[in-house]
Amino acid sequence: MTEFLNYLISGISLGSVYAIIALGYTMVYGIAKMLNFAHGDVIMVGGYVSFCAVFYLDLPGWLATILAIIVCTVLGVVIEGLAYKPLRQAGTLAVLITAIGVSYFLQNAAQLIWGTSTKSYASVMPGNLALGGVTIPYISILTIAACLIIMVVLTQFINRSKLGKAMRACSEDKGAAQLMGIHVNRTISMTFAIGSALAAIAGVLLCSSYTTLNPTTGSMPGIKAFTAAVFGGIGSIPGAFLGGILLGVIESMAKAYLSSALANSIVFAVLIIVLLVRPAGLLGKYVPEKV
Amino acid sequence: MKKRNVCAVAMAGAMCLSLLAGCGGESGDTADNAFKIGVIGPLTGDNAIYGNAVKYGAQIAVDEINALGGDIQLALKSEDDVAAADTSVNAYNTLKDWGMQVLVGPTTSGSSIAVASEANADRMFMLTPSGSSADITEGKDNVFQVCFTDPNQGTAAADYISENMPDSKIAIIYQNDIDYSQGIRNTFAAEAKEKGLEIVSEGTFTADTATDFSVQLTAAQAAGADLLFLPIYYQEASVILNQAKTMGFAPTVFGVDGMDGILTLPGFDTSLAEGVMLLTPFSADAEDEKTQNFVSEYKERYGEVPNQFAADAYDAVYIVYEGLKAAGCTADMSYEDICEALVGQITTMTFDGLTGADMTWTATGEVSKAPMAVVIENGTYVLP
Amino acid sequence: MKNLLKKKTTRTDFLTYLGVIVAFVIMFALQQADMLKNSTQGMLVPVCCFVVMAVSLNLTVGILGELSLGHAGFMSVGAFSGIIAAMSLEQSIPSDLARLIIAIVVGAICAAIAGFIVGVPVLRLQGDYLAIVTLAFGEIIKELINCLIVGYDENGLHVMFNLSGKLSVENLNMTENGVAIIKGAQGAVGVDKLATFPMGFVLVMLCLVIVLNLVRSRTGRAILSIRDNRIAAESVGINVTKYRLMAFVISAAMAGSAGALFGLNYSTLSSTRFDFNTSILVLVYVVLGGLGNIWGSIIAAVVLYVLPEALREFNDYRMLVYAIVLILVMLATNNDQFKAMLGRILPKRRKGAAANG
Repeated sequence: MTEFLNYLISGISLGSVYAIIALGYTMVYGIAKMLNFAHGDVIMVGGYVSFCAVFYLDLPGWLATILAIIVCTVLGVVIEGLAYKPLRQAGTLAVLITAIGVSYFLQNAAQLIWGTSTKSYASVMPGNLALGGVTIPYISILTIAACLIIMVVLTQFINRSKLGKAMRACSEDKGAAQLMGIHVNRTISMTFAIGSALAAIAGVLLCSSYTTLNPTTGSMPGIKAFTAAVFGGIGSIPGAFLGGILLGVIESMAKAYLSSALANSIVFAVLIIVLLVRPAGLLGKYVPEKV
Repeated sequence: MKKRNVCAVAMAGAMCLSLLAGCGGESGDTADNAFKIGVIGPLTGDNAIYGNAVKYGAQIAVDEINALGGDIQLALKSEDDVAAADTSVNAYNTLKDWGMQVLVGPTTSGSSIAVASEANADRMFMLTPSGSSADITEGKDNVFQVCFTDPNQGTAAADYISENMPDSKIAIIYQNDIDYSQGIRNTFAAEAKEKGLEIVSEGTFTADTATDFSVQLTAAQAAGADLLFLPIYYQEASVILNQAKTMGFAPTVFGVDGMDGILTLPGFDTSLAEGVMLLTPFSADAEDEKTQNFVSEYKERYGEVPNQFAADAYDAVYIVYEGLKAAGCTADMSYEDICEALVGQITTMTFDGLTGADMTWTATGEVSKAPMAVVIENGTYVLP
Repeated sequence: MKNLLKKKTTRTDFLTYLGVIVAFVIMFALQQADMLKNSTQGMLVPVCCFVVMAVSLNLTVGILGELSLGHAGFMSVGAFSGIIAAMSLEQSIPSDLARLIIAIVVGAICAAIAGFIVGVPVLRLQGDYLAIVTLAFGEIIKELINCLIVGYDENGLHVMFNLSGKLSVENLNMTENGVAIIKGAQGAVGVDKLATFPMGFVLVMLCLVIVLNLVRSRTGRAILSIRDNRIAAESVGINVTKYRLMAFVISAAMAGSAGALFGLNYSTLSSTRFDFNTSILVLVYVVLGGLGNIWGSIIAAVVLYVLPEALREFNDYRMLVYAIVLILVMLATNNDQFKAMLGRILPKRRKGAAANG
């Protein structure tokens, strides 16, 4: 039983990281309708920035996180402005390939800047809480809490604030939104800024849980988070949260009780089954095609 | 639509051509009378650390040899293979175009297997510094290894444990999508069975799931393991040590040569590695003069402490150098002739290097040297 | 004949064939005369494989209009089944060429079966959901092959799934003459290098004939109509599922044949070679060459396969330059302002393009 609880906790903690990344994915997708494959690499940049802040500048963890958020936000806006904005009218595939180009660029630039060797990332919150036989690392608690807070704040922001309303309007119909006086380009840039800030937080939490950092750190969590976003229904914020947590728990349980060699396959198989039953994901809105 | 496509292809083509044209003339720092030595390894991508270490290690050896000013001068060229077998063959062909006479590489096992069959067909002498699979040299008389083979390491580790810690309950965590780790695990498990060692838990992971080990560690802890055998590379090992500590699980950790490098991992809390035992042919903290010189030179040039890959490559260049010297080769010989001369030399020579004393080679290409078991105390290797 | 060539599509098709044949003849002549650099020579077969991959993916993405992110999975299935076929028939069929052809056919059939299994559920979905499921299948295929252990002896094939990670070739219980073909994580080792450049050319031509004829046929028009408007196509009585599945399976089969050729070109092959990045790489060829544009795919595949090799002089900056080239090309070809600017700089080209279009 205690083993099961341990597996569950590690799954939820893993899932929370996926969920934070998936939130960024889903927001960008909802508004710009593009799969931003470079999102995972922004996470990696966030990890490196906070690593350098702690390791070379001796800053405390929270300050390093803020620094990472600032750098990633700027980076996200710059990427959007240079690479994606000129392609606003182009097909989705052109944007997808550009995003892949940006992803390659970030990975190779990181390799040139920070070198190829793996860095060991000191957790921003070491230690653990022992409850009977169950041990809960503090970083897991922090991750889960951060994930919940981000989700609540983001939901409120999207539903209540003026910018949030503008985002929803853009996501429904860009043309109509523009006619209503919404600055569509600025709204999309803001979405990228928020998505990248989330990526920075995810980077710090991801690296704290898994303690290594290299130029390709972000790619696999990026793909998994993308899967999580689709799982929960891409474009839906509670969906991304639910998808992330479920994905993490399934992965952890599959590793523990089925086959660790096929853990990823099992995650993907569950995704396929869910999509066959609910073609728009768990919480996604199924929009029937208009004839 | 149509116009755009024409434009796309034309642009791509134009850029490609301009790039080709822009850099056609480069010839490198090749002296006419120098032997051309090629190095292949992943210089970019996930495994770039290994390829770059090999490149740097070989470069130091080449510079040292050239500084001696003897008859034998060496020219070095390194090519990237992103650790993919097919790209490695492309890199090999590029090096052949350059006029390579001896190949020191590739760095990773998969690439080495692919390139070894090419080198064997071409009669190019190949000495892989770090390709450890037994399949690299099998059936190829002109392919040799500097590092231990995987089966060798697994057996040696099991023997060492059965001699010194026969009653331990062993848990193994290994990476089952690379043959290095899977190979060592297989021979370890076989030898452990032979010696009556008890393996209580086995956990696997792949490159895609190499971030979270809590499941494998929980299983090992629940099975009552007191010795954790990690036939994996040090990056993953550092994560395991970190997470084991967070969980409050403190077994004796036993690693193989892939574990070397853990103490120099930037940002790693070396107190976590306290008491870790490993079998390694190279230690950057060894007291002998040769190692000291190499380590300080490497640190000065590249700002990092060399790992065993760098040391293997350094040795490999010296092995080639000794061979060329003893065989009396000259730089204007064809690579086929050099290959025949070196094959004759290497199987009869005894070599003392950074990664082992009295190294000898069998005709099958496998190296014979004694593995050294060390334990980490106060952040350095000491003999147990 | 003359009338036939007047039709623009037919002319383009003939020019495509002609271009491929001329390119082959030149390269083959140079190869026979030993005038090629080793590096160029080594790339001939893989270039053929990736041209076939690009053409086959173009069938799915460009002509059928469905984004697939797992195409490398089918290549993987084809590669490993082709290797198994070629190596297990070593005793019974001594001819290299016969074994190569059998391997390619087996690879194509196995990949087609995989394509069918994947296609039935996948093609119920639309758009990005379909894309993510193809990605998922690609990853599943990769992990399954990673667990595969196959050996051959006089009693036949021995196949085992190493799900626990604790099995190895010894567990196959082969006789002394047994040959391990696929060793789990290590992949296939000791493969006979049967692939030849002429065979690659034949494969490329075969795929071109299949795809170009398919597109210009009644079936092809049905597939195109589904791409352009699925509901309208359905309303005029086109069996959408049948045609989508047909295109998907043909595409998978061609990827499988390319995989078999690729696998038999190297002495070792591991399933991690066919990961998500490889799928993306092929997708880049297709998008850059132009969706639905077959000869564009061919040129893009050749240029982009050669590009990283050509950039070797840049050393550490190689992949960085590749990424920048990729972004710039996408911007240059898809942004109106950028295109207008290029048009001003290159007035000649604009005139030429106007004449063509």
